[in-house]
Amino acid sequence: MQVRVLYFASFRDAAGRREERRHLPDGSRVEDLWKELSRSVPTFGRFPAMPPAAVNREYVTADTRLAEGDEVAFLPPVAGG
Amino acid sequence: MYLTAEPIDLADFIGNARPSDGAVCAFVGVVRNESDGRETVAIEYEAYGEMAESEMSRIARSLAEEWPGARLRIRHRVGRLSIGESSVAIVATAPHRDEAFAACRAAIERIKKSVPIWKREICPDGSSEWVDPTRPDTIARP
Repeated sequence: MQVRVLYFASFRDAAGRREERRHLPDGSRVEDLWKELSRSVPTFGRFPAMPPAAVNREYVTADTRLAEGDEVAFLPPVAGG
Repeated sequence: MYLTAEPIDLADFIGNARPSDGAVCAFVGVVRNESDGRETVAIEYEAYGEMAESEMSRIARSLAEEWPGARLRIRHRVGRLSIGESSVAIVATAPHRDEAFAACRAAIERIKKSVPIWKREICPDGSSEWVDPTRPDTIARP
């Protein structure tokens, strides 16, 4: 399956892109995608834990299963206000 | 719409009570000229637009349920803001002040905690840094 990955703020700087498409084995979970991204973006690989994640614009847990066409974003520490 | 790239018109934003409201409580966040002793000339706000909209809508709805009679209006800026500009405005109206104060306070705390908005502080020399409230060397401001 294919998912769309979005990057914001410091994660966009680290990844060097705003978004990309990623192919994953069927049944993959959010944490599997994070592990894969951590291998290609060195900064992500140094994080002690998976950052908060959203699938289709809602917060999800690491074990959430992904589906074809999902919009996934890992979120840097939010700082609104 | 909760996000805006245009300056927030505070007079218009605050002056919108219902006949049943006896209290209007407002919080306005403004851009400050320093951060942890470092001079700041501007702040650039960035949002995950659609998700930020739905998170703020969810916060406004749940607060209205938690404090019956309260109604929340929230506006958050995106883009580059100069010192003194309003970055966020929250207005809680309610029949009585207790609910208005409580809902307004809770709104800004929840926004800071969960709405996907980020800011980059820009220094006089043009350098900039993303603000990370979770960093241990950031002075905690309860």
